[in-house]
Amino acid sequence: MSDNEKKHDPDTKQQKIKAVSRMKEIMTNYYIEAKSAREQGRKVAWITSGGPVEPLIAMDVIPVYPENHGAMIGASKMGGQLCEKAEEMGYSRDLCSYARADIADAVYKQGPIGGLPEPDMLVCCNNICGTVLKWYETAARYFDVPLFILDTPFVHREFSQEAQNYVLSQIHEYVGFLEDCCGRKMDYVRMEEVGRFSVEGTRLWQEVLDTCAHKPAPMTAFDAFFHLALIVTLRGTQETVDYYKQLLDELKERIRRKIAMVPNEKYRLLWDNLPVWYRTRWLSDKFASHGAALVADTYTSAWSGMVPDMQGRSFLEAMAETYTKVYINISIDMMFDIVAGMIKKYDVDGVVMHSNRSCKPYSLGQYDLRRMIMDRLGVPTLIIEADMVDERSFSESQINTRIDAFMETLKA
Amino acid sequence: MGRYRAGKGRALKNSRRHRLREFQMNPEDRFYSACLDPSGYARGLKQRTCGKILGYFCSYAPVELIHAAGLHPFRILGGKGEIRLADAHLQSYCCSLVRSGLEAALNGSLDFLDGAVFPHTCDSIQRLSDIWRLNAGFEHHFDVVLPVKLNTLSARRYMAEVLNGFRKELEQAFQVEITDEALWRAIRDYNVIREKLESLYGLRSFNPSLFDPSAVHRITAAAMFMEPGAFLKDISEYLGNVEPGVLGGTGSGRKRLVLSGGICSHPDIYDLLARAGADVVWDDLCTGTRWFEEKAEEDGRDPIGALADRYMARSVCPAKHADVRARAGELADTVRRHRADGVVFLMLKFCDPHAFDYPYLKRFLDEAGIASLLLETEDHPPAEGQLMTRFETFVDML
Ligand code: SF4
Ligand code: SF4
Repeated sequence: MSDNEKKHDPDTKQQKIKAVSRMKEIMTNYYIEAKSAREQGRKVAWITSGGPVEPLIAMDVIPVYPENHGAMIGASKMGGQLCEKAEEMGYSRDLCSYARADIADAVYKQGPIGGLPEPDMLVCCNNICGTVLKWYETAARYFDVPLFILDTPFVHREFSQEAQNYVLSQIHEYVGFLEDCCGRKMDYVRMEEVGRFSVEGTRLWQEVLDTCAHKPAPMTAFDAFFHLALIVTLRGTQETVDYYKQLLDELKERIRRKIAMVPNEKYRLLWDNLPVWYRTRWLSDKFASHGAALVADTYTSAWSGMVPDMQGRSFLEAMAETYTKVYINISIDMMFDIVAGMIKKYDVDGVVMHSNRSCKPYSLGQYDLRRMIMDRLGVPTLIIEADMVDERSFSESQINTRIDAFMETLKA
Repeated sequence: MGRYRAGKGRALKNSRRHRLREFQMNPEDRFYSACLDPSGYARGLKQRTCGKILGYFCSYAPVELIHAAGLHPFRILGGKGEIRLADAHLQSYCCSLVRSGLEAALNGSLDFLDGAVFPHTCDSIQRLSDIWRLNAGFEHHFDVVLPVKLNTLSARRYMAEVLNGFRKELEQAFQVEITDEALWRAIRDYNVIREKLESLYGLRSFNPSLFDPSAVHRITAAAMFMEPGAFLKDISEYLGNVEPGVLGGTGSGRKRLVLSGGICSHPDIYDLLARAGADVVWDDLCTGTRWFEEKAEEDGRDPIGALADRYMARSVCPAKHADVRARAGELADTVRRHRADGVVFLMLKFCDPHAFDYPYLKRFLDEAGIASLLLETEDHPPAEGQLMTRFETFVDML
């Protein structure tokens, strides 16, 4: 991800977000620590991006995120090459490119950090997709380690009481699984402490995103894609809380000093779906050249949606609901409500949807979502077809033309 | 099992079949005609009975509950023909089952449906449910969000709760009471249907030359379209007519194959394989054994529990989770049990769950010395000539 950031560094000194260097330091240390887990006698768990990491932190297990790794591979422009390797192994080119790149890297260790630290256990929460289920099954066979699945029933219309009970009982099973893997008991006092850090970190992340409601926006979604890494990987730690405080202060300061990320911000856009990791810089420049700032996105805000409504419950109990109702585990009409709220909150002029061939749960339904956004809210919406990691699925000339045409309609 | 030879249930030529009127038809004709035109069958059924019909896509749809509610469960296996309307809702990277199913819902080919039920399966079906609910305009819509895990007690409990919830929803939507008695009757009906299909499969495995290459496929598909009572009557009669005779299955020099994958809606594949010198003797398909394997326990105590137990026990669909190595082991066992010479994987393009399992299944078979061939299909199978060459090469190699 550091590579991605480098490419995104805006030209002028003033525009740079200073917290970036601290973030790089934290992430580098994190990966060094994860890579040397064995020497420290600590265990490593692979976990999905939408999975409950807090119990791992409480058990002193190092969480590792293959999806974050996938993003890193994409940003390093190594996606196409690793995906091809996976295809040689028999994985269809139509499968999620995070999964393909990561599966290939587990075997060949040719990615940007020479392979992720191998897992002692796997934790898969299917609140983001069915892909992770299959991907983690593959990993469970390859590494021959225990796999825990947190099954979060999809919410088409309501999160039923039965589903709540089911998820809650699995949270307890999850703790039991970790206790078995680690050979020691969960410290529930520590667990609640981690829970508090998690809630605070998540709230701060929301506040960070909220600064973009200001005109002009002190950062854009492209920055959010970068600063997201901590709330995904190290949610529930003091470090993350401290970092987002620092970032938030800086953003507030930028607002005070009227520093815009896109100079002469004229249009405010909302981004839907995962970033195109290997083209963040290109896209960012492209939109900026039209005076357009991506002031919000449905992707990074998915993690701020994870603030549990405690209602006097313990963190573990409240977690069951939070993790089930994340953005892509809900129906299209429920997604529309969230998008509509964001359009209003960030005063958005247009929506850019990345139709991401890797990610079916996120992308299928976008055509309907788009129609709702245009018909009910009258907000112009552009769809670009691409892939988050596999650069072979990116057609620059086509996307270039489409963005230009879209911006023309916005200007008209 | 005795020795069998083809009885009077042998296939009739297509052209003749069309000309026959219903009262002249024998069971096989009825299977074939339901299979050739499922929608026509459903419309006819609706006209005759004035009953309600619920569509479903997946082998985890609790057909027993639908049947017990007095409704007819009708499997949607995707349509043929051009996709026009669905393109406005689905990107090109969505599987053809979902695309053609939506097309059929939007263009009126499924106008006989009163609604549809979507058990939770893959990401694409999950989104299809939303798109369908928002656009297709049927009166009823049910999401049965079954657990994805099938190997824990809490999942089993949740499974039963979801099935119970669906029972209540059906009762409310159609103003009926689904009594335990009705449910047990439905369970019994489907158990017998499953038993019959299993013996049909058994006969084919014993002696493939008893049947036209695609006959068993068509009959199994017919079981998913036809009214259960009518199908039961026909299948019993049909099986009764398969008479003992010479054993033609082994020693004929023909090769024996197992099909593995998701849905198969291309009967031609069976014919082409037959021409290449191989008979399909068993399968591991959503439209085959996964639909009829395992019976619900008829212990008279808890019908919902019996349905839940069946889903937990049945061989796992790749969109669900149980033992991470179970499928490969079961597939290899199936090959051995049916003395098959190889496996043909039928992969529907853009079907993630199956595509993820393929490399490991393939490797497992390789290590067990079992040959396999991968065939990727879309709504249309690859061109016949090309397919034939691939099949012949594969069969020769066995
Ligand atoms: S399918 Fe989508 S949600 Fe799932 S791992 Fe891939 S990118 Fe993430
Ligand atoms: S399981 Fe595969 S074939 Fe079935 S609907 Fe999903 S993607 Fe399509």
